[in-house]
Amino acid sequence: MKDQPGRAGAPAIELREVYKSFGSTKIIQGVSLAIANGERHAIIGPNGAGKSTLYNLISGRFPVTSGTVLLNGEDITGLKPFEINRKGLSRSFQVTNIFHNMTVYENIRCGVLWSLGYRYSFWHRVNGLREVQRRAQEVMERIGLEKRRNVHAGVLTYAEQRALEIGVTIAGGAGAILLDEPTAGMSRSETARAVELVRSVTEGKTLIMVEHDMGVVFDLADRISVLVYGEIIATGKPEEIRANPAVQEAYLGALHKEAASA
Amino acid sequence: MTYQPLNLGRWILWGTTALVFIAAPQVFSSSFALTMMTQMGTMIIFALSYNMLLGQGGMLSFGHAVYSGLGAYITVHALNLVGKGALSIALPLLPLIGGLAGLAFGVLFGYVTTRRAGTTFALISLGVGEMVFACVLMFPGFFGGEAGVSTNRVVGQPFLGISFGPAIQVYYLVAAWCLACMAAMFALTQTPLGRMANAVRDNPERAEFVGYNTQHVRFLQLVLSSFFAGVSGALSCVNFEIVSSENVSAIRSGGVLLATFIGGVPFFFGPIVGAVVYIFFVVALSGFTKAWLLYLGLFFLMMVLYAPGGIASLILMQLPVIRARRFGELAWPYCLAAVAALVAMCGLIGIVEMVYRLSDVSGGTQMNLAGLGFDARSAPPWIAFGALLGAGLAALRYTTRLVDACWDAIQTDLLAKQP
Repeated sequence: MKDQPGRAGAPAIELREVYKSFGSTKIIQGVSLAIANGERHAIIGPNGAGKSTLYNLISGRFPVTSGTVLLNGEDITGLKPFEINRKGLSRSFQVTNIFHNMTVYENIRCGVLWSLGYRYSFWHRVNGLREVQRRAQEVMERIGLEKRRNVHAGVLTYAEQRALEIGVTIAGGAGAILLDEPTAGMSRSETARAVELVRSVTEGKTLIMVEHDMGVVFDLADRISVLVYGEIIATGKPEEIRANPAVQEAYLGALHKEAASA
Repeated sequence: MTYQPLNLGRWILWGTTALVFIAAPQVFSSSFALTMMTQMGTMIIFALSYNMLLGQGGMLSFGHAVYSGLGAYITVHALNLVGKGALSIALPLLPLIGGLAGLAFGVLFGYVTTRRAGTTFALISLGVGEMVFACVLMFPGFFGGEAGVSTNRVVGQPFLGISFGPAIQVYYLVAAWCLACMAAMFALTQTPLGRMANAVRDNPERAEFVGYNTQHVRFLQLVLSSFFAGVSGALSCVNFEIVSSENVSAIRSGGVLLATFIGGVPFFFGPIVGAVVYIFFVVALSGFTKAWLLYLGLFFLMMVLYAPGGIASLILMQLPVIRARRFGELAWPYCLAAVAALVAMCGLIGIVEMVYRLSDVSGGTQMNLAGLGFDARSAPPWIAFGALLGAGLAALRYTTRLVDACWDAIQTDLLAKQP
């Protein structure tokens, strides 16, 4: 891994007074958050709280309306997704976003090529790059898909596609990983396996995850932030969050409202 | 997984292709066939380069003739300079100049066109094509106006008896370049850029989130593609000894799209098949009938509707059936369908030819089709050809159902056998 430019001891990811509006609709209203290097951080909140939007702002998919986003102390506000990715931040998607016409191996390889310096090369034979093969093989083993190596991603089972989504995300060796609902739509046993997968692949890395499953959140996260209507109402250790009356009121209240409107 | 050994089948395939290129003029030795095969060679390069955009990069271009055409213009001037003794370069290396010219214009125009993908790319490529075509007519000093720029490919002293005057020598020059370009373009599909071009085609958003600037991927893919387009333009310049505005026209751009699509966009070898078929239509059929463009259009329409993967997909579909030794079952339904299609085609051709004859009656209405003499104004031929067309179409409906039923049965069996 290359040395990341930035201040030593700076938070891995930091948001300062981030705002985002779509037209007159304010989605994110002044979020400030600092996530330490190596921390596993979960963002929870009711539907429509702006969790996915926050991800899109951090990863450069949408521009912020105002505020600053820092990665390892370096300002990444306004950078393009590929520039942010090259600086060591990689994300997954809530709706599976992989290369459906490619095999599992080819998918992982797409995630590996840039970070190993092959970039736009048209003078290397891609099948002859042993380093790429080794890294891709390693990632496939970690996500448990090495036996499905030559299967097209489009015909994998849902849980396998979710695992591949994580595989593509971590393949480049980014130090900061953003996972958007890695267990969405999974059965109990699939969820348990996915949690173990997330735990093992983010070992020693900074992780932010959006998650609805409270069991998963309290199991995995070092700290939790609660996002309600575009604002973070509390950040703290799982037990602190569980005991926080404001969280109970706002979050559970919102959940009740959601249930009532559903 | 370690290093994969070179595929033997692939070597056999390339070897056979080379042999076909070498042997073709011995088998088809007429000067007409030679001209046609030379054009096929240049068209193969052109169509393959086009598929680097459409098939591999997902870029539908309506202006690819810009790169081959401008490459050809630069080549024709280079060749004239060689003729005057102002420039010293061997004729077989001229396509390199055409290629570099194509590449340079690819850098220039591609910078604009590849900023966006999809519909926007298609429209900008159309605009650039029209702009270049207009410029060619606006600067007759360089581009020679309507008449174009002509040249003479026989320059300097013959080397080992090769002067490139005789058509056969030009054929082998084109064949050699065609083979080299085919190999190079295939190799490019196997590189990181080639694979990421596929990724950008399928899911540009994900490609951005694994570190790739999709605009750069499209740009590089287009620049490399324009190099090969330029080579093909240079070869056509050497072959025809003239370059005119037609070389950069929308007709050329549309032609290469047609050829590539007919052959099969999803497959590397598709455009090779497409180029051969397309040139056959353009060169051979246009000698027989004024309606050749109509037939080509109809053929294209049928392909788009019924075989969007082109001829290549039709061929490849059969492979699993042949491998399972079940092709025999399909042979009979195929034959019936072919006969039905032939009957319908005869009826259609008869009607189309009569319409064309009546559209220009200065030569009289008496006509001759495949040895049959008749008057296009009389009723009997209309009734006869109409009946053929109707009967053929009806039979086609029935026989394609036979083919479908047989095909489905085999597919079900093959799927059931899979683990």
